[in-house]
Amino acid sequence: MQIKEFLKKLSEASGVSGYEASVRELVREEFSQYADEIQVDTMGSLIALKRGEAKDDLPRRSIMLAGHMDEIGLLVTKLEKGFLRFATVGGFDLRVLLAQQVVVHGRRDLPGIIATRPPHVLTREDREQVVPLDKLFIDVGLPEDELSQWVRVGDVITIRRQFTELAGDLVSGKAFDDRAAVACIGHCLQHLTTLKHAWDVYAVATVQEEVGLKGALTSTFGIAPDIGIAIDVGHGNMLGVSEMDTVKVGGGPAIGFGPNIHPLMYSRLVETAKSYEIAHQTDPIPGRSGTDAWAMQVTREGIPTALISIPLRYMHTSVETLSLKDLERIGRLLALFIANLEEAFAEELGLKKAHT
Amino acid sequence: MKELIKELTEAFGPSGNEDAVREIIKKHVAEHVDEVRVDPLGNLITLKKGKPKSGVQSRKIMLAAHMDEIGVIISYVDDKGFLRFTRVGGVFPLTLLGSRVVFADGSTGVIGREKPEKRDEFPRMDKMYIDVGAVDKEHLNRKVGDVAAFVRPFVDLGQRLTAKAFDDRIGCAILLQTALELKTTPHDVYFVFTVQEEVGLRGALTSAFGVEPDVAIAVDVTLTGDTPEAHPMAVSLGAGPAIKVKDRGMLAHSGVKNWMANTAERLGVPYQFEVLEGGTTDAMAIQTSRAGVAAGVLSIPCRYVHSPSEMVDYDDVQNAVKLLVGLLSGPVDLG
Amino acid sequence: MLLKELSEAFGVSGHEDAVRQLILDAIKDRVDEYNVDALGNLIALKRGTGPSQHKVMVAAHMDEVGLMILHIEKEGSLRFHPVGGIDPRVLLAKKVLIGDDKVPGVIGMKPIHLLEPKERQRVVKDQELHIDIGTSSKEETEKLVKIGDYAAFDISFRELGGELRTVKGKAFDDRVGCAVLVELLRTSYPVDLYAAFTVQEEVGLRGARVAAYSIAPDLAFALEGTICDDLPKKRDISPTTKLGAGPAITIMDRSVIADRRLVQLLVDTAEKNGIPYQFKQPGLGGTDAGAIHLSREGVPSVVVSVPARYIHSPACLLSLNDFDNTVRLMRESLAKVNELDLSR
Repeated sequence: MQIKEFLKKLSEASGVSGYEASVRELVREEFSQYADEIQVDTMGSLIALKRGEAKDDLPRRSIMLAGHMDEIGLLVTKLEKGFLRFATVGGFDLRVLLAQQVVVHGRRDLPGIIATRPPHVLTREDREQVVPLDKLFIDVGLPEDELSQWVRVGDVITIRRQFTELAGDLVSGKAFDDRAAVACIGHCLQHLTTLKHAWDVYAVATVQEEVGLKGALTSTFGIAPDIGIAIDVGHGNMLGVSEMDTVKVGGGPAIGFGPNIHPLMYSRLVETAKSYEIAHQTDPIPGRSGTDAWAMQVTREGIPTALISIPLRYMHTSVETLSLKDLERIGRLLALFIANLEEAFAEELGLKKAHT
Repeated sequence: MKELIKELTEAFGPSGNEDAVREIIKKHVAEHVDEVRVDPLGNLITLKKGKPKSGVQSRKIMLAAHMDEIGVIISYVDDKGFLRFTRVGGVFPLTLLGSRVVFADGSTGVIGREKPEKRDEFPRMDKMYIDVGAVDKEHLNRKVGDVAAFVRPFVDLGQRLTAKAFDDRIGCAILLQTALELKTTPHDVYFVFTVQEEVGLRGALTSAFGVEPDVAIAVDVTLTGDTPEAHPMAVSLGAGPAIKVKDRGMLAHSGVKNWMANTAERLGVPYQFEVLEGGTTDAMAIQTSRAGVAAGVLSIPCRYVHSPSEMVDYDDVQNAVKLLVGLLSGPVDLG
Repeated sequence: MLLKELSEAFGVSGHEDAVRQLILDAIKDRVDEYNVDALGNLIALKRGTGPSQHKVMVAAHMDEVGLMILHIEKEGSLRFHPVGGIDPRVLLAKKVLIGDDKVPGVIGMKPIHLLEPKERQRVVKDQELHIDIGTSSKEETEKLVKIGDYAAFDISFRELGGELRTVKGKAFDDRVGCAVLVELLRTSYPVDLYAAFTVQEEVGLRGARVAAYSIAPDLAFALEGTICDDLPKKRDISPTTKLGAGPAITIMDRSVIADRRLVQLLVDTAEKNGIPYQFKQPGLGGTDAGAIHLSREGVPSVVVSVPARYIHSPACLLSLNDFDNTVRLMRESLAKVNELDLSR
């Protein structure tokens, strides 16, 4: 599938952390065209294995690619006089919630609106304040007794938003964080079918990243790869934000550098990008990266890890915006990186001898 | 079961000092399980072996309740023999004023407070001290690092019970009662009594690694929204044990959540769903152990959590036991 | 003195190479095996003299807090973020060295003459600061420094002397632990000793976590340079630790509750050998032991620290008496650790 179509499908699906099943099926459908094996682990991460063509006498090595398929969302906490109270799953900016259209995934899907009192009835003080979570309600338009037939405490709520193509090659939508990475990984797998690669590739769509990198922690433990690359979104350049805190949208893969990243993984990615003339940028990260890479690196006895960020504007809103060209570049960079992996690199990294 | 609850809640066991609680549980659990061991951090891990039943897939199930309670630790002894202290776990300064604390050797201290700078100053722990009645520093038998717990006896209010440390001795009591009532099970059931939950789910992390369960259920207390002007929350005392959907630390495995709810429906045990905005339980640590564990939580609604007088409903406690026995007796259906 | 070399070496979290090399040179001939793992931890094994009852891990972290260059301004100056917990109040008017070529720079700021009275009272945030390396354009700077370079404080080690034999320098948290551990490797013990020189403690105990997983020890000691707040104060409150009062034993900090049997071993050993010791004020700080004790099925752990004033700032101060006593306490305790009964 073309990267744009795949991203559109993924973005419009709903898959709040812990409830990723419907997105997972989309990923399964796409990845299974290129992979040799697919499995889903206990937490729900989807793991696709594309075997490498190692020469018989050489030990088998593996690389794990991780992008998370969960999105931030809401959960019903209480039914109150025909309205719904809710909590957030993941880091929501409360300011973007007002007047959003939502879908309440109860015993059936119910469209709803996050209730907003009109400015006319508010005091000046009210108008200047962000409405706190415990003052927000969702209205699905049903009377109290009917509501309780369809909705229960704990039901998931997602923001309703359609994928939009903007000018140039930019697109906008919800949950690009981090379904865009899943799209990149899909693109990489597709590309790899035209290349030879010696290492096994584990393409993983992880779960529950937004609530603490949980899918990456457990799937990495289960796979125990030799090396890993996480793909996530990074703040793209936008008005009002300093250049030092952003990477350029359309500037190509932002290759992470810092404590979370093995320096040789970084330099190998940069060399690959250079030799294939793929536009790229360096993304210095002084500590906690807040991505699946952070969990991956310290799994078991430690895993040489890299992080590639997709430049993305307006993170954690329903109008996340990115460049399709960046996605293609990342997919291609990953594929070329993988195709060039050989035992000498494993030795350079000081990896223990693998089993033949 | 009330005798057992009284014995457990009145025992001394701040995080890292769970020895007395562990001994009580050991004594009660021994005849109902097949194996008992204590791991390097002090978790009590007991196993009731399953008897294979045709048509039922046997699973390794871990039930966890934590033995530790919140407390205080001496951080400094001043020149006159007053003891400065800091928290072990989530102690609120407000609940300390007027409290008595007890040390492991049974000796008592009272909490005092420096003169507030303003009349309505919010109490701060660094401006409090423990007075053990020492005449001077020379006659003091306490040192930096000594740990103390709240003093508060168990009281049976009839339908409801109040005591210190229901968080999570009520979970320990429920596990013990379940082990006692569970006649036979197709599963290998690990009843695990963990340490150091209140300081960061530490015992659960290491015991889960050791047990390697397929499925886990933590039994712990949760908050309620049924008191005057409470934070909005759809959990009440007496409405049945609560099946967790989410808390601050985790999302319950949806398969485990549904398995619990369906079983409750089948048995006619009342239950409620719980979304907790603050706090978490051992299940958070268990869930991400090794390659992941299908983990859920059965919560006991509890008022005034982390105060010396917590309150639970006795029916909720008994219904939790009933539900657990029902869950462990049949197949595990994670959908 | 090895402590001097270690203190002056560069080793901001994620880039501990120079420190590791120094340590490796010092211990190579004293250990039976060593390796460097995927994160950069240096793990060395010194085999026991007899049948080892316990596999013992002793850890000290090589990394220090520092800065990372994030952006180069048009005028040539550098913007940065801290790596690890640095108090922004201590950054003003300090000298730093940047990158592997150790390019010198200064953290400049608006002089007092140009400040509004209100500004004088305000702490300057690290985002507002910049490093001046003397260049006048982005192009000129790019020849010397690149984005992602690490920077460390430029402070030389000095002996101040006195009864406490104090010394000053940077990064005593935790190069002093490293120096103690190197010293411990001079002798053999009845147990197999795994010396772990860890990385990335300051960004979340990350090296210790994987090192403990691969060593899988039965018990562990973490060696630290810890908070020492013993300046004169109006209220009668804890100094956390006191300079010159001997090694500080941790009972509880934010990351670990120490194993009581190990605390007892240290206390008994100190008292029997007349070594001064103190308890660190409970509830403060976190160390590698926080990650180690949670590894696999759990590892009984304890922390022993050399008190160091002004840690996490460019210049720290410690007493060599405390250093020597920490080595003695650890050496005597390790000699006895085989006798410890860890069953419950």
